Amino acid sequence: MASKGATSSGGAKDGTSDSSSSSKKNSKKPKYSRFTQQELPACKPILTPGWVITTFIVVGIIFIPIGFASLFASEWVVEIVDRYDEDCVPRNYTYNQLAYIQSSETNKTCTKRLIVPKQMKSPVYIYYQLDNFYQNHRRYVKSRSDKQLRSRASEGDTSSCKPEAVGGNNYPIVPCGLIAWSLFNDTYGFSVKNKALEVSKKNIAWKSDQEHKFGSDVYPKNFQSGGLIGGAKLNASIPLSEQEDLIVWMRTAALPTFRKLYGKIETDLEANDEITVVIQNNYNIYSFGGKKRLVLSTTSWIGGKNDFLGVAYLTVGGLCLFFAISFIFLYVIMPRPLGDPSYLSWNRGQVN
Amino acid sequence: MNSDRHPLREVGSFNCLCADGSFTSSVFDGSQCNLLDDVVSVEEDQPPLEDYCTCSLPHFESAEPPDFEQFPLECLRQGRRRRLVNNSCNSNPVSFEISGNKSQRSVRHKSVQFEDTFLLREENPRLIYINDPRKTNDKYEFSGNEIRTSKYTIITFLPKNLFIQFHRLAYLYFLAIAALNQLPPLAVFGRTVSLFPLLFVLCVTAIKDGYEDWRRHRSDRNENNRESLVEQSGGFRLKKWKKIQAGEVLKILANETIPCDMVLLGTSDPSGLAYIQTMNLDGESNLKTRYARQETALAVSEGGRISGLVRCEQPNRNIYEFTANMEFKGQKFSLSQSNIVLRGCQLKNTEWIIGVVVYAGQETKAMLNSAASPSKRSKLESYMNRETLWLSIFLFVMCLVVALGMGLWLLRHNEELDTLPYYRKRYFTHGRDDGKRNKYYGIPMETFFSFLSSIIVFQIMIPISLYITMELVRLGQSYFMIEDKDMYDSSSCSRFQCRSLNINEDLGQIRYVFSDKTGTLTENKMEFQRASVCGKNYGGSLLMGDSLQEKNIAVTQRRWKLKSEVSVDSALMALLHKDVVGDERIAAHEFFLTLAACNTVIPILTHGTSSSCINGEFHEDVEAIDYQGESPDEQALVSAASAYGYTLFERTSGHIVVDVNGEKLRLDVLGLHEFDSVRKRMSVVIRFPNGAVKVLVKGADTSMFSILANGTEMDDHITNATQSHLSEYSSQGLRTLVVAARDLTETELETWQCRYEDASTSLTDRVVKLRQTAALIESNLKLLGATAIEDKLQDGVPEAIEALRQAGIKVWVLTGDKQETAISIGLSCKLLTSDMQQIIINGNSEDECRNLLADAKSKYGVKSSNGRNQNLKCNKNAETGNLKVPVNTKSSNVPQWYAGKEDGVPSVPLALIIDGNSLVYILEKDLESELFDLATSCRVVLCCRVAPLQKAGIVDMIKSRTDDMTLAIGDGANDVSMIQMADVGVGICGQEGRQAVMASDFAMGQFRFLKRLLLVHGHWNYQRVGYLVLYNFYRNAVFVLMLFWYILCTAFSTTSALTDWSSVFYSVIYTSIPTIVVGMLDKDLSHKTLLRYPKLYGAGHRQEAYNLRLFWITMVDTLWQSLVLFYIPLFTYKESSIDIWSMGSLWTIAVVVLVNIHLAMDIRRWEVFTHVAVWGSIIITYACMVVLDSIPVFPNYWTIYHLAKMPSYWLTILLIIVIAILPRFLFKVVHQIFWPSDIQIAREAEILRRHNYLGLKQDHSSS
Repeated sequence: MASKGATSSGGAKDGTSDSSSSSKKNSKKPKYSRFTQQELPACKPILTPGWVITTFIVVGIIFIPIGFASLFASEWVVEIVDRYDEDCVPRNYTYNQLAYIQSSETNKTCTKRLIVPKQMKSPVYIYYQLDNFYQNHRRYVKSRSDKQLRSRASEGDTSSCKPEAVGGNNYPIVPCGLIAWSLFNDTYGFSVKNKALEVSKKNIAWKSDQEHKFGSDVYPKNFQSGGLIGGAKLNASIPLSEQEDLIVWMRTAALPTFRKLYGKIETDLEANDEITVVIQNNYNIYSFGGKKRLVLSTTSWIGGKNDFLGVAYLTVGGLCLFFAISFIFLYVIMPRPLGDPSYLSWNRGQVN
Repeated sequence: MNSDRHPLREVGSFNCLCADGSFTSSVFDGSQCNLLDDVVSVEEDQPPLEDYCTCSLPHFESAEPPDFEQFPLECLRQGRRRRLVNNSCNSNPVSFEISGNKSQRSVRHKSVQFEDTFLLREENPRLIYINDPRKTNDKYEFSGNEIRTSKYTIITFLPKNLFIQFHRLAYLYFLAIAALNQLPPLAVFGRTVSLFPLLFVLCVTAIKDGYEDWRRHRSDRNENNRESLVEQSGGFRLKKWKKIQAGEVLKILANETIPCDMVLLGTSDPSGLAYIQTMNLDGESNLKTRYARQETALAVSEGGRISGLVRCEQPNRNIYEFTANMEFKGQKFSLSQSNIVLRGCQLKNTEWIIGVVVYAGQETKAMLNSAASPSKRSKLESYMNRETLWLSIFLFVMCLVVALGMGLWLLRHNEELDTLPYYRKRYFTHGRDDGKRNKYYGIPMETFFSFLSSIIVFQIMIPISLYITMELVRLGQSYFMIEDKDMYDSSSCSRFQCRSLNINEDLGQIRYVFSDKTGTLTENKMEFQRASVCGKNYGGSLLMGDSLQEKNIAVTQRRWKLKSEVSVDSALMALLHKDVVGDERIAAHEFFLTLAACNTVIPILTHGTSSSCINGEFHEDVEAIDYQGESPDEQALVSAASAYGYTLFERTSGHIVVDVNGEKLRLDVLGLHEFDSVRKRMSVVIRFPNGAVKVLVKGADTSMFSILANGTEMDDHITNATQSHLSEYSSQGLRTLVVAARDLTETELETWQCRYEDASTSLTDRVVKLRQTAALIESNLKLLGATAIEDKLQDGVPEAIEALRQAGIKVWVLTGDKQETAISIGLSCKLLTSDMQQIIINGNSEDECRNLLADAKSKYGVKSSNGRNQNLKCNKNAETGNLKVPVNTKSSNVPQWYAGKEDGVPSVPLALIIDGNSLVYILEKDLESELFDLATSCRVVLCCRVAPLQKAGIVDMIKSRTDDMTLAIGDGANDVSMIQMADVGVGICGQEGRQAVMASDFAMGQFRFLKRLLLVHGHWNYQRVGYLVLYNFYRNAVFVLMLFWYILCTAFSTTSALTDWSSVFYSVIYTSIPTIVVGMLDKDLSHKTLLRYPKLYGAGHRQEAYNLRLFWITMVDTLWQSLVLFYIPLFTYKESSIDIWSMGSLWTIAVVVLVNIHLAMDIRRWEVFTHVAVWGSIIITYACMVVLDSIPVFPNYWTIYHLAKMPSYWLTILLIIVIAILPRFLFKVVHQIFWPSDIQIAREAEILRRHNYLGLKQDHSSS
């Protein structure tokens, strides 16, 4: 190819006076190049039986081990889930949960006991799980001001935060917006065998958020001072970058059922240990029929306990192997020679 | 006044074309010329005339009072019925064209008194006062000569450009969506983000338009600042073109370009002759003659100021017509096409001309003609629009679901809305807003807003970007077509041209090819081959002119030499040099005199050309003579006459000089009736030096034999002999003309002259009047002989036709030639084969045609047109059935079944030959369907003797009755209407000028390129665009559906998990490049395979690359893929702490990778560019996401870094791709095993190189 190009271009360049006149005459003639003639070197894949079967086998061979690995990883994870939103409402309030949760008089403390099914190696992650809570609702997602969160100078930048933008005295709320306003405010205390477990609430938020999205010089102001209290209050003396609960909460969840990291237990939990959890059941999910769960979980390389990936990989891998075998049979039983002209539509009639 | 008192003695018999099959003759009072005008105008005003008829009027002798004569009127169906047809087509006759130069040279200057009524009827004529621009421009504001081809000025650029851009529906859609997004309750995207795509497209287009316009400005400026000599204050001074006004008198020197349309007043030639080249106007390179009227020419040569009045028609775009008259020194005379020179032409061979400006600037015919021809829309695109409608319905349904969901959700949670932590419609602050609603407008309005905002989110469901993508892809395809070295014609140095960018893919679906013959199948290089003189056949043994030359020179002592060599027949030559004066000798003499005189060819003498140097010693002042004419036939005839010693030497407005064997013969030309498609003949009236007046006529045999004198037995004998010669010639594929002449008596001459004067000065209906006048003298002629000219076939025509036929394309030839000629050409180009059954329809009346058609249909078992659709289908089946049988198996045991299959009538290949006369009747509606049935079941259709409009009519018949794609190919002006009518028009850059090219969508140098154009490029383009459209539908729909499923999980609140930028970039950056690259470069088969197996073209006919079924399959696949895209991450991250941005990031990358892998799976040819585009876009997507996630302003900050650390992220993507692709892959594999398409098999054969199976040559292009 290269040599061809060289000769043709060389010919044009070396042209003497009379050949230049002839080249001028032919100047409209398209110059030959593999590109313009659409003859560039190319790979032309074709679905030969070999390729098809190989593809299926390769996919199967890759997928099945992955599936097993994921499944084992998921099995290895120990998870304790406990729904407490109903249990933690006293009997007499069963039919009036809303009144219970909204009243400041009632005792919100609730104690639950959990049995550890298997040994849980530290760190044990503590999550709260909310159901039917649309953190992905458009009005909710947009109700925040990233500028305000990041720097003190933009404190007044609350236009996107309505209806939680400014307090009664028209001072801006920091942090403003519905997301911050609805900050989760249940608290959990853990103890095993009457010995309190320390819950670490550090490093539960993303480092990047702490460092760049939530300013270290921004302090809560006018927060939860409106007519309707949405959730937790913030300590006005701690900058936002240190308010990790808030940072976690502000990373809005993708789905209406979601977990958020509450903290970590840095000690191992043995099998059959009974954990006593003291819950401050403050957060109002009763008004919209939500659910609350407390989740204790270890983790593995795959994440939390979820068999889906493993099962899916195994299924697909198996299916591919099945297809591979079926195609082998198909090709054996009904071979069609590739490129056989007798299969051409205008020849088919003749053969029969 | 003139001939009024002489009763017209002879009217003769005429061929006339009348409306509705009945004669429209009217009583005519010879004493009042203008009555005729009125009558004619009444006739002309009749509703569109539908058909042609040829009728011979009986000879009306004066049985009636002498003042009243029956006078036939000829009415041609004008272009009214189909207005799209270029005006110019009408003036171009069918076969042997002698159009253009109207040389109405008035020898006797007789001022014709126009009656007031006549002038009143002129509709608003334009008055030009010669040399008085002020008065001329006094009343009416005629435009100056400044031209502006640019569209914008600096001030108007922005508004006007935006206005023009927003004419596109796509941009309006963009705008509407962007505007919706600006409304506060609907702001789904960031406001600037939503404007980005629109602004981007607008800017790019504006810059492109601006640059083009700047170039136009520059060229306009150059043009406007050119200078010409204009008469100012008594002398000619230079004046800038833009300052020239109508009414001014200009002087143009040789080789200068003419700045505006001018009426010639005088030229350097005493007879007022000027030569111009109209290359810029119509592309014809030959010189044309223009004449100044004798009256003005004399005045100019005498010098002094000229003043007068020109009354001309309003500006129009017909460059072949000009009607005006002039008042000059008390005389009034007519002006016509031959008296005007048009802007853009160049003056040649003439020292200077002086003329008066009649149209300037934008009103010149050249400028009026610069409008672009109407654009065509490809068929695939119209199907695509149908599917776009489906997509709109999906969009609507999806929006409706979201809106209804929103409404129901609000209704269900109506009580809680105030306090819902994630909704909150009320303010609960202690300020002034306390208790007010926050962005809440009640359930119905919220539902409505939800509907609108979901339109914004789902906007790319309507693949607006597809239109832009398609334009780019077609541009690339056109580039490859233009650059194809195999479609370059080295003989005419012409590349393939794409003049229309919209219909590339139509080339892959052509089912009917309508071809002109002359110049398209043939080279249109005419050679004089045979002659029949006085009933004797000459030309059997031809000697080359070269060998005879010496002898010739000795005999004729000619001092010049023809530029083209003509072979001569020695017997005929000998006859001419016989001293004996006999009938035969005289006939031969007159025969060649007619050939030399009866034409519009211009001889051009050039001195001492290099070719004559060889003989230079002997003939020192050798002059080369070159004939320039518009019709190659005429040139051939004149050259032939010259070779036999009758050299046309000089032609001026009033006389011609013919060198007869060295003797100069000066003939006064009294009048000339040009060739037209109705009369099909041309005549010239000449006066010999001895005072004798003769009319010399040549024309088509059909029109000539009817006007011959019924004379002696001898004459009959000659007539019969000539007729048999003619049929012999035409059976050899030669083009024939009949030559005749007669002497005119004084009275005849006078009668004719009066009428001629009158007709040629008339402003209206001049053509009709001239035709009537011609009829006066074109009668009782004496037959001299006939000529035969060979029209050579172009290279590769038979092969190309054979390949097209194998590809399932029907080739119909529509020609103006005679039936015999057409059949013989058909045989020689393998269009007709000997085993074909020829059906010849040659009727002279409606009933006859009907019977012929019915007979043919019953004989060959063609089903009648009841339930046409069924029949259509039937025909199609028949065609596909026919394809199975190899064409060359003559003795095949498998009979070829046509539509008559059901009836059990085995049929042989049919060929339908039909002539123009029959078409006149048949193209009436009721017979048209009969013809259609018959024609579509024939393998070949040959239409001869068809007029340009009939060509278009036939194309229209197929177009309106089937869904099949039609292609018309032609080279001449007479093909323009057909080219414009067909779905695809192809022009041949040939001998007959560039009009066909100008009207065409594609232009090329040779007919044989059609094979490559259709079979190779058409196939590729169709496959590419078909896939492109489906893929783009899929690409956008899968994205939108994915968003849709998510919205169902967000309380119907139109949240998008994707960032605004990702949503916008998806169709602009992330996935756009690969589709474009694949649309341009992907090839299923190599050109060698495609050319070798023309039947592979059938894929286009069967609409294999794009059809409704494929659309629905694609949509089902899309649905599956979108569900996989949505649900796999959903299940993986169910009950996890994943946040919305991470999920969005995962979805973004998954969908981009998925659609690219999907594309990759379908790519059939991986080139470097394809690799770069496909893998590049995945990389670019990642890069963009990394960049976007590194900007702290966005809420999605740092997401990708977190995600990339999680193995589950990668596993999820892999799982999505495999599960999403799996069904498609399975489908593809199974389909290819059990139902392989032809393309698939050919591809396998090509790649696996099973030469032994298919005998394929090694494809060098494969690596």
